Amino acid sequence: MFEELSLKIDAALKKITGQGRLTEANISDTLREIRRILLDADVNYKVAKDFIDKVKEKALGKEVIASITPGQLITKIIYDELVELLGGGHSEIFLNPTGATIILVVGLQGSGKTTFSAKLAKRLKERKRKVLLVAADIYRPAAIEQLKILGQQVDVPVFSLEQKDARLVASESLKYVKEKGFDTLIIDTAGRLHVDEEMMKEVADIKEIVKPTETLFVVDSMTGQDAVNSAKAFNETVNFDGIVLSKLDGDARGGAAISIRSVVGKPIKFVSNGEKLENLDVFYPDRLASRILGKGDIVSLVEKA
Amino acid sequence: SKTRNKIVQSISETLTGKAQIDDNTLDQIEEILITSDIGAETAEMIIDNLRKALKSEKDRSVENVLRLIKIELSKILIDSNNKSQSFIKPYIIVVVGVNGVGKTTSIGKLAYNYKNLGYKVIVGAADTFRAAANEQLEIWAKLAGVEIINSNKGADPSSVVFETIKRAVDENYDIVLIDTAGRLHNKTNLMNELSKIKKVIKKFSDSAPHETLLVVDGTTGQNALIQAIEFSKVIELTGLIITKLDGTAKGGMVFQISKKLKIPIKYIGVGEGIEDLQEFDKETFISALFELK
Ligand SMILES: Nc1nc2c(ncn2[C@@H]2O[C@H](COP(=O)(O)OP(=O)(O)OP(=O)(O)O)[C@@H](O)[C@H]2O)c(=O)[nH]1
Ligand SMILES: Nc1nc2c(ncn2[C@@H]2O[C@H](COP(=O)(O)OP(=O)(O)OP(=O)(O)O)[C@@H](O)[C@H]2O)c(=O)[nH]1
Ligand SMILES: [Mg+2]
Ligand SMILES: [Mg+2]
Repeated sequence: MFEELSLKIDAALKKITGQGRLTEANISDTLREIRRILLDADVNYKVAKDFIDKVKEKALGKEVIASITPGQLITKIIYDELVELLGGGHSEIFLNPTGATIILVVGLQGSGKTTFSAKLAKRLKERKRKVLLVAADIYRPAAIEQLKILGQQVDVPVFSLEQKDARLVASESLKYVKEKGFDTLIIDTAGRLHVDEEMMKEVADIKEIVKPTETLFVVDSMTGQDAVNSAKAFNETVNFDGIVLSKLDGDARGGAAISIRSVVGKPIKFVSNGEKLENLDVFYPDRLASRILGKGDIVSLVEKA
Repeated sequence: SKTRNKIVQSISETLTGKAQIDDNTLDQIEEILITSDIGAETAEMIIDNLRKALKSEKDRSVENVLRLIKIELSKILIDSNNKSQSFIKPYIIVVVGVNGVGKTTSIGKLAYNYKNLGYKVIVGAADTFRAAANEQLEIWAKLAGVEIINSNKGADPSSVVFETIKRAVDENYDIVLIDTAGRLHNKTNLMNELSKIKKVIKKFSDSAPHETLLVVDGTTGQNALIQAIEFSKVIELTGLIITKLDGTAKGGMVFQISKKLKIPIKYIGVGEGIEDLQEFDKETFISALFELK
């Protein structure tokens, strides 16, 4: 499928090779193909449209220098624009040098929050932090058990309560941290839909109670068009600091990341790419940009430019 | 969502305000389709067909244009037939899919439904990989009031499958539900494990598994088609379960799956509770694409 598309792009690009200047007429086919690539990669319809408009604006009137074709030029503009959109801002999480660092992990059901929490615990423990995992998902069957097992695997203790009250778990965990001298808290919350008012209220309350250093929104890289709606709603409710893109070991192109990035403007901080607890990576905008645009073809074009 | 609200409204305005349905309106319809995850290609195809159909139409009212689109969409979706033809005992149902889509939850709901219909149900916990997968299914089995065969972590999933079916045969169970681990379709070793599970089931009966349901997360985008294609290469899929449709995602990617693989949608998941599984209804599903929520 990708090959077919890149052939089409090549064809569209060929039409404008050998012309000195990029014009509305000679780039329109190319832009249409790029739009198609973005949509096929799950970039939101509206986001793709705005993105293309921006690219067009940058491209029009550009003089094509002798060494590159107009196609290469416009491809480079697109690629650079995408990398810039995906990057920007700081992307490490902030660790409090004094006092406790509190990380709140939120997101939709099944997005990979619990797994990510354990992965992050492992990573921070390796950096000599005294980490505590907090089981604030009181709903999902065996959620606490799951976190306990993962905690054991990374040798990080798990705080949980018998009472089914997530707010109480959150506030009690703060006391526990003080007593036991942990310096890093990772709070795993229940998956929730952005339209579920009661559950969104709960996560807002938890945030209010723990006043986290960082709130991270975990999103499945397979997510489609609806990513903009859920990300927007979560951002309005908890004003998260960063995004975690999960399940990137699959073959989804991950266009949802662009959508989210452009509607909420928050940095992507981590990539979760496997079921094993060491499968956690920092985020590289250029890698995701080439992935979204369809692997090698575009990138090699760009490199020629 | 607000955008959909605006779009639907503006379609109505455009269509009622003008006699001619213009490109702008068609663009808006395309937007509705694409933002439902139908995919650019399928959306374009539908719009093309709509354009053609409109040529011979005198009635260009909102209702009629929407009716025409719904007909187009309806043609694509395979009709699901939830009534099982001949009921073989034990009737073996395997549930598969990528990670976190809602397999275990759907098994809990299915077990509950079958149990309520008066069947003797047993579930097999063949996810021996994920932390607390066992415990999770055990809670569901208890809620549904059905029997469970549990496994040890790291055990061979096909041995759990074997044990579950053997027990079902020996003790005269009607329905066997097998929960499998989430696996990404691009992981060869995990897909091989699935084909091993299939072989073990086939040992009991050549006609089994009687149903293999692929669970697709309703918020998934274009990757869903690849998932369906890859899973169906390993195990013959008889139906889809689309979950998490209680949110704002529309689940439009099923049109491509249906078009390409002719697999019917059997159920939709509309919540985390045990009663939140519904039989798929084509008309309702299609109408929902154009509704606001
Ligand atoms: N392949 C792959 N699987 C992952 C990754 N992250 C999580 N998973 C799997 O996805 C499934 C769901 O992960 P969880 O961590 O339980 O997700 P969650 O967001 O906590 O789910 P809820 O608590 O039910 O909302 C599990 O099968 C995980 O093993 C990843 O990066 N790659
Ligand atoms: N809102 C909503 N949540 C759902 C639905 N179905 C499942 N979930 C939630 O999605 C999350 C994942 O569900 P599971 O049943 O554990 O998914 P799974 O496919 O078995 O996951 P793995 O075994 O880890 O691959 C849980 O939090 C469920 O409560 C649904 O229809 N609606
Ligand atoms: Mg969880
Ligand atoms: Mg499961």
